Amino acid sequence: MSVPRFWRRIHSLYRLEGTKCTKCESLYFPERNRCIKCNSNDLQPFFYSGYGKIVSYSWVYTPPKGFKSGIPYCLAIIELDEGPRLTTQVVAVNQEEVSIDMPVEFAFRKISAEGEEGVITYGFKFRPKGYPNHKKKKH
Amino acid sequence: MEKIAIVGVGNTKIGEWYENSLRGLTDIAITKAIESANIDPKEIESTFIGSMSPGIFNQQEHISALIGPHSGVNAPALRVESACASGSQALRVAMMAIQAGYYDSALVIGVEKMTDLIDIGDVTTALGTASDSSWELGMGATFPALFALMMRAHMHKYGSTLEEFASVAVKNHNNGSLNPDAQFPKKVTMEQVMNSRIIADPIRLFDCSPVSDGAAAIIVTKESLAKKYTDDPVYVTGSGAGTDHIALHHRPDITTMESAKRAVKKAFDMAKIKTKDVDFIEVHDCFTIAEVITLEDIGFCKKGQGGKFSLDGETALNSTISVNPSGGLKSKGHPVGATGIYQVIEVFHQLRNEAGKRQVTKNNIGVTHNIGGSGATCVANVFSRGD
Repeated sequence: MSVPRFWRRIHSLYRLEGTKCTKCESLYFPERNRCIKCNSNDLQPFFYSGYGKIVSYSWVYTPPKGFKSGIPYCLAIIELDEGPRLTTQVVAVNQEEVSIDMPVEFAFRKISAEGEEGVITYGFKFRPKGYPNHKKKKH
Repeated sequence: MEKIAIVGVGNTKIGEWYENSLRGLTDIAITKAIESANIDPKEIESTFIGSMSPGIFNQQEHISALIGPHSGVNAPALRVESACASGSQALRVAMMAIQAGYYDSALVIGVEKMTDLIDIGDVTTALGTASDSSWELGMGATFPALFALMMRAHMHKYGSTLEEFASVAVKNHNNGSLNPDAQFPKKVTMEQVMNSRIIADPIRLFDCSPVSDGAAAIIVTKESLAKKYTDDPVYVTGSGAGTDHIALHHRPDITTMESAKRAVKKAFDMAKIKTKDVDFIEVHDCFTIAEVITLEDIGFCKKGQGGKFSLDGETALNSTISVNPSGGLKSKGHPVGATGIYQVIEVFHQLRNEAGKRQVTKNNIGVTHNIGGSGATCVANVFSRGD
């Protein structure tokens, strides 16, 4: 992932910013600048709540470049509570804990790293809804 | 509008051709096609090449100029790209050019030389560029993973089973074992498929088509000129294409492919046929789930029943509907941009009773179904003999 390709999407990757059509109220993630439902050009930034549910998921064992350190990882399509869907990883779960329709929430995480000196990308992943931010130490 | 005729075909065996190049493989296919059509290369008026990613796989773009002149075909050439549907799209563009009156004949090539990339992570990433690169590949999605999302959703919604999906691989390897041009011409058992290693759960290695090298070429012309080259031309009687959102997550139902439904409907309407009229079909089984969804979408069985239909043996060679007599992408191999042309060549041989041990007995109407990406592109073509 080159720096420009990553950098220009930071608003979406870091804080789930999309757009909302002021005319027909259609929601988009990532943003569109023209509404494909009503053709209006008048769209405003919209910030998603970060809550959603799993539409489908897979555990990936053969990853693309930059994702090797996480395997196997849970890749999923999430439907946000507001409607739009996205592809992401579900973290802080064991294989047997994941299911279709499971409620999840936004989590800020490292996404990929390209070797020792390459770009590290950050952005959204999702975790079980209500997951404690800081686990209590066991001792 | 004059029909388009296929008058000659040629291809390499699909495999891992470390000793040969993109240019070399294509030369083999072109030479065979020219001999098959008995045509003087100088008579070929145009060249259309379907190829997905030579820039990534081989560090070579501009393959329109690389290929034709090397093989003695100096006609104006154009590369066409729609991921794994590139081959079928190249044929469609060639048909449009001929039917629009620009040319009388075309050399249509499909080629992909994937094994110049050694690292499987590099190959997975190259193929991943056929998804939404920023929002799918860039989040860790691979093609096996995207099809695994469809497979799990299908299992959840319709109760389809891993055994049903495995039966698709077993059937295609049965057919491919009879195809000397197949990359893996050997039979596999249900146990082998279901116990193979996990690639992207629930997809296992034997649910996947392989990484392949291959080149395929066909010579097409107008119906009125076809008999000049062969007594038995094969005609394209219907053609359709469909496009949908590139990202799987932007399609409301991930257990169906709207692009395929649209492409097939268009092609069938143009050929004035219905699903029941199809004698055999080459479908795009890049993963077992893709064949299952396609059986349902085209209407060979009810929605959700594609896996059961396969497990019950309805899609085996010379059963209810012969699906992938060539062995499909699973056994024959999947040199991505070439696959659409390999499908056409299989139909060509089947319609002319040249398919040897895998010959289908009902062979009046053959269909190809070729998808690109996770189903964002689909091309369907209908073929028959002139008689």
